[in-house]
Amino acid sequence: MTDDTQHRLQQLVDSNDVLLFMKGSPLFPQCGFSSRAIAILNHLGVAFESVDVLQDQEVRQGIKAFSDWPTIPQLYVKGEFVGGSDIMMEMYESGELGTLMSEKGVAAA
Amino acid sequence: MAMAADQIEALIREAIPDAVVEITDLAGDGDHYAARVTSEGFRGLSRLQQQRAVYAALGDRMGGVLHALQLTTAVPAAEMPVQE
Repeated sequence: MTDDTQHRLQQLVDSNDVLLFMKGSPLFPQCGFSSRAIAILNHLGVAFESVDVLQDQEVRQGIKAFSDWPTIPQLYVKGEFVGGSDIMMEMYESGELGTLMSEKGVAAA
Repeated sequence: MAMAADQIEALIREAIPDAVVEITDLAGDGDHYAARVTSEGFRGLSRLQQQRAVYAALGDRMGGVLHALQLTTAVPAAEMPVQE
């Protein structure tokens, strides 16, 4: 990953309270895991931004090294890496994800 | 490209010898799996750290030859407390 990509990713993560790196867009997710992540965020009713990694190969490869995580989607909340869609689902079902969002003061959508 | 279920299990058990690994072929195509990995070694680790351990075992196959893996990790259930 170039320094430039690293810098761009850091800026994206820092400037969005809730950020999902995904395949496709919230309206048209391009994979089941991304679709599930979007459904969870919608259920929680939080405002979020998304980055479509399919639009940018630098970001698609870079985010894996940036987070040290091999798969997409990836969720960041207030600059902190939370996990992929399986972790999101487990945390959603146990209520932890909702708690995390309110503890971090994330705005409702 | 695809990967056999027992291959996935072998890689995980190589890295985490006590792991109980249950693999489900979700689509029957050798390409979309669900894996549930239970290990005493996960105790005290966050979900993120537990999944990182499994991903480390799979190395760069994840997202490559192994297209989609739905992953659940757990520590073995504690023994039931004895009632006084």
